Amino acid sequence: MILEAIHDAKLIWLYAGVLFLLLVSTMVGRTLKSRQRKDSSNTTIDNLNARVGAWWKMCAIFAVTIVVGRVGSLVLFGIISFLAMREYMTLVPTRRGDHRTLFWSFFVIMPLQYCLLGFQWYGFFATMIPVAVFVFIPLSIAIAGDSEHFLERGAKIQSGIMICAYCLSHVPALLLLKIPGYEGHNARLLLYLVFVDQMSTVLQYVWGKLIGKNKIAWRISPNKTWEGFVGGVLSATALGTALWWATPFTPLQSAGMSLIVCIMGSAGSLVMSAIKRDIGIKDFGVVIEGHGGILDRVDSLCFAAPIFFYIVRYYFVP
Amino acid sequence: MSNNIHPIASLLAAVARGISGVQVQWAGCEPSERQRIYFANHSSHLDFVVLWSALPSEIRAKTRPIAAKDYWEETPLRRYLAKNVFHAVLLDRGTTAKAKNAEEVHFVGRHLMEEMAEALGTEHSLIFFPEGTRGTGEKIGPFRSGLYHLALRRPDVELVPAYLENLNRILPKGEFLPVPMLSLLTFGKPLKVEPDEEKDAFLERAREAVASLRRIGPT
Repeated sequence: MILEAIHDAKLIWLYAGVLFLLLVSTMVGRTLKSRQRKDSSNTTIDNLNARVGAWWKMCAIFAVTIVVGRVGSLVLFGIISFLAMREYMTLVPTRRGDHRTLFWSFFVIMPLQYCLLGFQWYGFFATMIPVAVFVFIPLSIAIAGDSEHFLERGAKIQSGIMICAYCLSHVPALLLLKIPGYEGHNARLLLYLVFVDQMSTVLQYVWGKLIGKNKIAWRISPNKTWEGFVGGVLSATALGTALWWATPFTPLQSAGMSLIVCIMGSAGSLVMSAIKRDIGIKDFGVVIEGHGGILDRVDSLCFAAPIFFYIVRYYFVP
Repeated sequence: MSNNIHPIASLLAAVARGISGVQVQWAGCEPSERQRIYFANHSSHLDFVVLWSALPSEIRAKTRPIAAKDYWEETPLRRYLAKNVFHAVLLDRGTTAKAKNAEEVHFVGRHLMEEMAEALGTEHSLIFFPEGTRGTGEKIGPFRSGLYHLALRRPDVELVPAYLENLNRILPKGEFLPVPMLSLLTFGKPLKVEPDEEKDAFLERAREAVASLRRIGPT
């Protein structure tokens, strides 16, 4: 896999392009920060710098993923899932009676999901959490014997497992798809997904700042506007379309896939904003500074990854 | 006792830090080698190890926990952990309950307090859970009087309040498998017994000092 990746000129180009963009945004971020007056605090600039910092980490993770191969990347994404779920479960209220269910979620369900991926047992990988775990969680809470807020507690834990274990595991799952004529190049597909998704988030933000007027759901996310959404989605889709040469798609297919990734990504971050509102926090990272923030960075991927994965699987894998 | 940290203690501290992902904040004071009594809320077996592991290692070597004798002497493993690994000061908390009259209660209490004062010696610090037992984590229970008497007996020792947050969800009372959620530990401003301050007033003030360090709020 390492050799394949190094000999994959298109992957190198794609990666180099991303690194170049990152360097530019790091310099822009630094310049803005140094120009800013000492006493004033500008959350937009800080937010940008935090985001750029996270992208460097994502790039590093991606590079490691390519070097360590299949098992290594599963372990790596497993750890990311684990940390995301840790953030989620810390901030979502649970009761004493949920303790053992939570233990199962962290130490059995989560690792099992990634093991299934390792064994390439797709049928069970796709159904274990929506079916088997769906049945197991309420049963486990019921056995604990506390019926107070039973439905809510079950739903909270189920959502956490779905978002952090199930949805996120579809990102590395892309590495294992067998697309005819595209063997050994799946890393490009992963980079494509993450790049389009992240660009969509940023461009929506930029367009929103420039021409944003009509709020989508101001109660949930005051910064999201229809203008920003349309502008961001269209421009990120254009970027994604231009990258068709790195994917198994034709330019038209690439446009469609990018559009879906952008729309699902926005849906993901809107839903995660609603969850944060419900818990009463602005960012998952703010309350537990130093540890937090993983979930804030991957919120849009949570929805985009599984949809992208299944479309590729059903239309491009015979 | 020696000032060397037992290797098992270091190992358990590292494991506890990993499981609890504890985020330490010195809000009211800085880590210091001076003699202190750290007192905190109690809701989990992890409480002591997490608090202890949050101290710099040279301070850690001189900091001992106060623990209940009846519980920690029950099995050989517990006794080993308490005595050899963590050099705990084991106190017999049942004796005050068994005392027949006020005079005896006074006598027994005095005896326990002397034991703690002796454990402090000239260079040690103590970790103390004044609730006396683990609670559910929702509310801090009333403080036992030991803290007050010890503070009067050793006015030179600083009383540092600390709040351990979320550990009751990581390893609640009665469970033996932890759930790796994140936790917070906040050290507050040192407290003193005011001149003429009544026992109950001081204990309530100490309890409030601990409660005020809560960062996320009740979940």
